Amino acid sequence: MTMAPESGTDQIGSPRLRKEDARLITGQTEWTDNIRQTGMLHVAFRRSPHAHARIVSVDTSAALQQPGVVAAYSGADFAAEQGSLPCAWPVTEDMLLPDHPPMAVDEVRYVGEAVACVVARDAYAAADALEALDVEFEPLPAVIDMESALAEDSPLVHAGSGQGQGANKAFEWPMASGDVDSAFDGADVVVTRRYHQQRLIPAAMEPRSVVCRPDGDSFTLWSATQVPHIVRLMLAMSTGVPEHKIRVIAPDVGGGFGSKLQVTAEEVLALLLARRLRKPVKWTETRTEGFQTTHHGRDQIQDVSIAADSDGRIRGLKVDLLADMGAYMMLVTPGVPILGAFMFPGIYKMDAYAFHCTGVFTTKMPTDAYRGAGRPEATYAIERIVTELAEEIGMDPMELRRRNWITHEEFPHTGVAGLTYDSGNYEAATDRAVELFDYDGLRAEQRRRRESGDPVQLGIGISTYTEMCGLAPSRVLGQLSYGAGGWENASVRMLPTGKVEVVTGTSPHGQGHVTSWSQIVADRLGVPFEDVEVLHGDTRVAPKGMDTYGSRSLVVGGTAVVEACDRVLDKARRLAAHMMEADEGDLEFSDGRFTVRGTERPSTSMQEVALAAFAAHDLPEGAEASLDADATFDPENFSYPHGTHLCAVEVDTETGDVSLRSYTAVDDVGTVVNPLIVDGQVHGGLAQGIAQALFEEAAYDSDGNLVTSTMADYPVPTAADLPDFTLDRTTTPATTNPLGTKGVGEAGTIASTPAVVGAVVDALRPFGVRDLRMPCTPQRVWRAVAEAREAGRSEGGQR
Amino acid sequence: MPHIRVTVDGVSYDDQVEARRLLVHYLREELGKIGTPVGCDTTNCGACTVLMDGHSVKSCSVLACQADGHDVTTVEALAADGDLHPIQRAFHEFHALQCGYCTPGMMMAALDLLRDNPDPSDDEIRQGLEGNMCRCTGYVNIVRAVREAAAAMSETAAAPESEPRATGVPPQMVREQEPAPHAASGGASS
Ligand code: FES
Ligand code: FES
Repeated sequence: MTMAPESGTDQIGSPRLRKEDARLITGQTEWTDNIRQTGMLHVAFRRSPHAHARIVSVDTSAALQQPGVVAAYSGADFAAEQGSLPCAWPVTEDMLLPDHPPMAVDEVRYVGEAVACVVARDAYAAADALEALDVEFEPLPAVIDMESALAEDSPLVHAGSGQGQGANKAFEWPMASGDVDSAFDGADVVVTRRYHQQRLIPAAMEPRSVVCRPDGDSFTLWSATQVPHIVRLMLAMSTGVPEHKIRVIAPDVGGGFGSKLQVTAEEVLALLLARRLRKPVKWTETRTEGFQTTHHGRDQIQDVSIAADSDGRIRGLKVDLLADMGAYMMLVTPGVPILGAFMFPGIYKMDAYAFHCTGVFTTKMPTDAYRGAGRPEATYAIERIVTELAEEIGMDPMELRRRNWITHEEFPHTGVAGLTYDSGNYEAATDRAVELFDYDGLRAEQRRRRESGDPVQLGIGISTYTEMCGLAPSRVLGQLSYGAGGWENASVRMLPTGKVEVVTGTSPHGQGHVTSWSQIVADRLGVPFEDVEVLHGDTRVAPKGMDTYGSRSLVVGGTAVVEACDRVLDKARRLAAHMMEADEGDLEFSDGRFTVRGTERPSTSMQEVALAAFAAHDLPEGAEASLDADATFDPENFSYPHGTHLCAVEVDTETGDVSLRSYTAVDDVGTVVNPLIVDGQVHGGLAQGIAQALFEEAAYDSDGNLVTSTMADYPVPTAADLPDFTLDRTTTPATTNPLGTKGVGEAGTIASTPAVVGAVVDALRPFGVRDLRMPCTPQRVWRAVAEAREAGRSEGGQR
Repeated sequence: MPHIRVTVDGVSYDDQVEARRLLVHYLREELGKIGTPVGCDTTNCGACTVLMDGHSVKSCSVLACQADGHDVTTVEALAADGDLHPIQRAFHEFHALQCGYCTPGMMMAALDLLRDNPDPSDDEIRQGLEGNMCRCTGYVNIVRAVREAAAAMSETAAAPESEPRATGVPPQMVREQEPAPHAASGGASS
């Protein structure tokens, strides 16, 4: 057998086209909703039409008479076995952690909460039979607004819980560093603002779906999830089915953005129904169900104060945060604002920082991770208020940043929030962005338009962001009371023919891991890119892992792949030395071949070594017959991507219309494995961050109905709503992983929201506008201009 | 139950369908054409877009019985024998997909757009794809891919080609399709 000795090196950094695409562009996909099983039954849920109500009775008898119906159950029917949906992040010891049954038993606490289900032979029949379920509710008062929820006389979301904390308060989480009082007392300027982070709907294009098949006393569960490993563990813990009897498969997953980082009621119930009925069952959400009952993101009120000297030196920052938990704590609900706590100081040096978060229960869908999870909220607050501070002291907002940011010589730098930023170069990214954007030219145009009173004003927004990525160090997650570690696992298996199977514990859903991981392995082992297969997303195939979220996959999971490759290489080197009758120390490895240094002896390829390892006819003493290795990586620190995003908008002050004129993003995400994929991640991230700034808001009315419960009411931007973007990169490799990568999945989202809103506010400054609520819809913008004009007139009148 | 006669990806079917059955469910569940996914229930997202007589339709807004007598093309007919359609090649080469959930619908909508306007500007592409949502790509690479596909397709069109097909799809949009014109009768495959 001969092996083609092709070189695989120089893969890292090259824009390889994605291996994933072949199936996706030809329709040969395996979305969970495509999965069919013999005898499969379909589940539909009856959901609460009330934000808050007592369940008086559930009568399933009429539903059971409907054609095709096999079973119908109320929450009470499962009360004994359904357990409580998990929350893995009890941020404080006294946090109120109410019971959260997958199907409500006594009381419902948000519109859409499941109260009963129908199981039928066909999805249409299941949907029809829902109508015949007779559920009687006794409405209770809705609790919608966070501030009134905290009032002493507010109705309680969890009246019966009997625990401390007071009216609808879930927890309080304070943090302080430095002498905050003296920082503020001694300051020349203090700027205070209240920022609202509206509630958002992640809206992955693929609806959630789950299929569960019983196999004897075992279960196979397919789910549109980002976290198959976490789902398996939590299903075992909550249902009592032993962990080794559950296999979770995340097949093709059509986007997640955090919304599929969850253990859901429907996953638990699918398993319980499959167990009870001894048949495979499937549930796929409708979009309205999805909007009502797939967790939401953001929803915070931020009271922020910044103190500085008149020359612009920042002295201190105070943040008082109300975070809407919704009705229950889901997997990481309370942890989201706590992750954000560390990012409010951003890239700036300051003497003191005080943070206080109150988690609040309301009768709305729970919030949880949404692209960036806590970090976009924090970045928004600091980037907006730093610009306001500049305005207050009459300084260019870019100049104010330059005076306060950590300079590139100062890395590693431990900031006021206690994080150590390992590497970065804010000057380089900013200089590049300013140049590409034509900052000075646009400022000049802005001045001209202001002077001429142009009805269409130009605004410029700045975001010099950083974020913490690579969610990992297990030790730190433990200090933050998170219930699990943050390591990642990989195994690399050289097959006898020299092809390679890589198993990763990360679970991609559009990020192109198969391609990037193939590039890493090709580089490390000197094998062709095409010879690498990446396996993931199935707990039986990839038994160990922590899945994909928080821009951790490449930073932590990619590093595990590197370490596993290095172990394979060590084994191969030993065997090659034996085969070549040379000293291991004299071997050189490059381009997939071992040579004996300083000799003309023929080289040996990795593929030849792999075949020799398999044949095992002549192994060195003590060596095993394989070229496989496993590695688990747990980094010592987070990683800190950063960058400068600049946005120009044109605002029609007569109609309130905002149009994006140009957007420049220069990101430093450390070493780039695949620039094509990295740019794609930035594009998508920008779209979501811009959507928060201009378009999207999950709105509840005062009775607790989700008003934006369809794609017709919730404006996910289309191609016509977004511009092209100018992207570039600077690179300061991360020092805490061998690849030097920092993570890119959330950068665009985190950076863009403050840049865009900042630009809209900037356009309206001549009118005296200092802030706008997101999303900056034409109506809000128009109203802000009208009100500012009105105020200007009345001030003028008094003079 | 209404009786329908419909051609899907070059194969004709004689079928009985429930009057209320949506075309997308008929395609997916009865014919096993799972390449066309569902993304919403309000005809907003475009994930389910297919061509009917060469024009794009959201197959969640068409009843299966309305497809009676028509010719439906899904993403599964674009490539044959591993030979990708120019639009597929462009989506791949310009990284115009991430999770890929919107991709079949996006490509079918783009084909209809290019049929009406073989040389669209970026703005026209953006307007033309307004009925299709993508949550992953920010559309930048989708617009590039459609632009490139337009160029590639007009080159192919300039070259001598076979006769236009009955599907109403321009010739360069259609590959040789599987010959077997067997009449299937509604049994779910896949
Ligand atoms: S599924 Fe047809 S438009 Fe959304
Ligand atoms: S690629 Fe994921 S929705 Fe478009």
